[in-house]
Amino acid sequence: MAGAPGPAPPTEGGGEARPAWDNKLQYLLSCVGFAVGLGNLWRFPYLCQMYGGGAFLIPYVIALAFEGIPLFHIELAIGQRLRRGSIRVWTTILPYLGGVGLGCFTVSLLASLYYNMVLTWVLWYLLNSFQHPLPWSACPPDLNRTGLVQECQGSSPVSYFWYRRTLNVSADISDSGPVQWRLLLCLAASWAVVYLCVIRGIETTGKAIYFTALFPYLVLTVFLIRGLTLPGAIGGLTYLFTPDMRVLQNPRVWLDAATQIFFSLSLAFGGHIAFASYNQPRNNCRRDAVSVALVNSMTSLYASIAVFSVLGFKAASDHGQCLDRNILRLINAFDLPEQSISRDDYAAALARLNVSQPARVAGLPPEACRLEDFLDKSASGPGLAFIVFAEAVLHMPAAPAWAVLFFGMLYSLGLSSMFGNMESMTTPILDLGVMARRVPKEALTGLVCLLCFLTSSCFTLRSGSYWLEIFDQYATALNLILLAFFEVVGVVYVYGMKQLCDDIAWMTGRRPGFYWRATWKVVSPLLLLTIFVAYIALLASSPPGYKAWNPQYEQFPSQQGKPYPSWVLAACALLSFLPTLWVPVVALGQLLTRCREKTRNPPQDGGLKPRGSRAC
Amino acid sequence: MLWLLFFLVTAIRADLCQPDAENAFKVRLSIRTALGDKAYAWDTNEEYLFKAMVAFSMRKVPNRETTEISHVLLCNVTQRVSFWFVVTDPSRNHTLPAVEVQSAIRMNRNRINNAFFLNDQTLEFLRIPSTLAPPTDPSVPIWIIIFGVIFCIVLVATMLLILSGIRQHRRKNKGPSEMEDTEDKCENVITIENGIPCDPLDMKGGHINDAFVTEDERLTPL
Repeated sequence: MAGAPGPAPPTEGGGEARPAWDNKLQYLLSCVGFAVGLGNLWRFPYLCQMYGGGAFLIPYVIALAFEGIPLFHIELAIGQRLRRGSIRVWTTILPYLGGVGLGCFTVSLLASLYYNMVLTWVLWYLLNSFQHPLPWSACPPDLNRTGLVQECQGSSPVSYFWYRRTLNVSADISDSGPVQWRLLLCLAASWAVVYLCVIRGIETTGKAIYFTALFPYLVLTVFLIRGLTLPGAIGGLTYLFTPDMRVLQNPRVWLDAATQIFFSLSLAFGGHIAFASYNQPRNNCRRDAVSVALVNSMTSLYASIAVFSVLGFKAASDHGQCLDRNILRLINAFDLPEQSISRDDYAAALARLNVSQPARVAGLPPEACRLEDFLDKSASGPGLAFIVFAEAVLHMPAAPAWAVLFFGMLYSLGLSSMFGNMESMTTPILDLGVMARRVPKEALTGLVCLLCFLTSSCFTLRSGSYWLEIFDQYATALNLILLAFFEVVGVVYVYGMKQLCDDIAWMTGRRPGFYWRATWKVVSPLLLLTIFVAYIALLASSPPGYKAWNPQYEQFPSQQGKPYPSWVLAACALLSFLPTLWVPVVALGQLLTRCREKTRNPPQDGGLKPRGSRAC
Repeated sequence: MLWLLFFLVTAIRADLCQPDAENAFKVRLSIRTALGDKAYAWDTNEEYLFKAMVAFSMRKVPNRETTEISHVLLCNVTQRVSFWFVVTDPSRNHTLPAVEVQSAIRMNRNRINNAFFLNDQTLEFLRIPSTLAPPTDPSVPIWIIIFGVIFCIVLVATMLLILSGIRQHRRKNKGPSEMEDTEDKCENVITIENGIPCDPLDMKGGHINDAFVTEDERLTPL
């Protein structure tokens, strides 16, 4: 495709100049804030724990080097060079590829909807953290005050607060129930905060990002220091980080490492393209790409150390309480003096009693207390934050303060990612010139926020959390991988590798070396295709279902596995492919338009060959 | 003869108070857990106090106002500290029904706990459930207060930003007639020649000589 002309970034005619960052730090912080999100905190530590601790870092680093950094560099380079949001970038490269931009726009829209719902949950917990004792520390009494609420006693106060007092979750996805007004209020507040920060585009997010991008690091450090001083933390860290090299033989590990890097850097949303488009034209985007990607990975590691130390403390504390319960059982059954058996003596005392009075001991029976069992209890996603960590915070002295810090950190982590999502939506709309010149930017962002708020209020229904899981799994995953594939192929093969290298040489002062060219041309597209195929195989291998919280279930508090009803499956399929459908639809549309143009105006001189004329 | 009678009486009384006897209740105290260093030792004086508290609770029941301390029998005191007790009627031959004892203890549980500096968890009456304290919900939940504060701040800040934006817009609408000069736009335009953008006038790199260019007076006003 050597005939592709160097696209001319259109001049900013008439009114205002393209907004620009106040300084380089704002731009870097925005990219870091967009990339570093909730997944760094609650997905990466979980993967580390599931896949052999330190051994997981090997596929992670390989994926970072061959997939994450090259794709990231391409996004920043193309945004900075063409100085346009994701939709216009693609129509500028090749009008047939405009669908890629529209696909990115749609995925960003879907992601904003459910991401802000997660932030709403965080906000709810944050608002409830300003009291002592924390509301999830104890079960409430039931209606006639004879005992504690049955559902709470069967599970735990933390689970009860999450499933009942927060979500008020229904037992089935088809049972939508009414809108939860508490969550709706918090959702409105959440969108109001997002609107306040995004109201004038990067002018306002650039100021807000100083706080939202840096505050999480401060809190993580505080938690790290506090966590390392808690008893049991070091044990937890060593257990969870000890590498187990055998897991590398499992292909699932490599797939998860690749997808984790991909989603962690927030690639293919169009947000980084939007951010880079506000840069000065001559900016070293290669250095930016490498540094932001490395900062993102370092943050994941840093966060997992903090998280594991707190989880280690929680496991040690739970183990101690388990032992104490057993000791109390022994003492009560044999009427021994109080505190006569310490935790260390427990095993010996049990053995002694088993020898002397085996019948009575057999009647007890004590529960099995193994520290490894408590350490192995892993959770990812909302379960980590709202159940496991919320419970861990209860054990710390001055629990409300720690809860406020933790949920405040989660909120600012998510908020800085929301800025990227919103920018990837508003920048293309502004660039398309869809809205008239007179409509101020504030009105546009307000309209977008209002529409998103109204649409995402469906997540405040009683079945909202099940729908959120569907959005999380189906709406973003496959589409992003496909769109990233089209991105890298479109830039490298349609825009032209030579043109790209020339542009980067102009912008950064050095041509990209062999590593970049090899990864862009061959390695990254192949990797993306492999991931896509593997992902589809994985989804197809297990019938899609969900875990429902059903108090009537026999094995309550375990969650009941249920299959999706057919209409929900149809929705899943729609979500999985709708955004990517823009690509062929737009290409077809362009083809038809060109054909019609060509039949209306046949070419005057033979030398000029308009594009797409071959097909007619 | 007297000694025989005495032994008979104590034997009967001993029969009334036994582990798992009819109308008998087991009590378990966890003094060291509750008080730590300030724990007191459980001796016969404390037992006397316990009997007094039980007798006091029974006297509050109608028809049982004549219960004496001697009617409360304790037995099987262990090192745990746990023991069994029964309450007998004035004839000392029968024990009072469990239901009466249960309700009497429940009504005065707080007084009994306080006498020993313990609470419902550290002074356990097995088979006598305690009444739960009503939940202390404040009239306005705390989260609504904080939500109100945050929401008001956000609304005020948004209004301020929108108003300042409107004011800026109006000022710009009044002003563009003075800024028609293309010199002002040079930093926004990227000229392209042969597909390669020219390096625009790098305003950041150069120095602006204020003697020649000032903000408001690019053109001599007419």
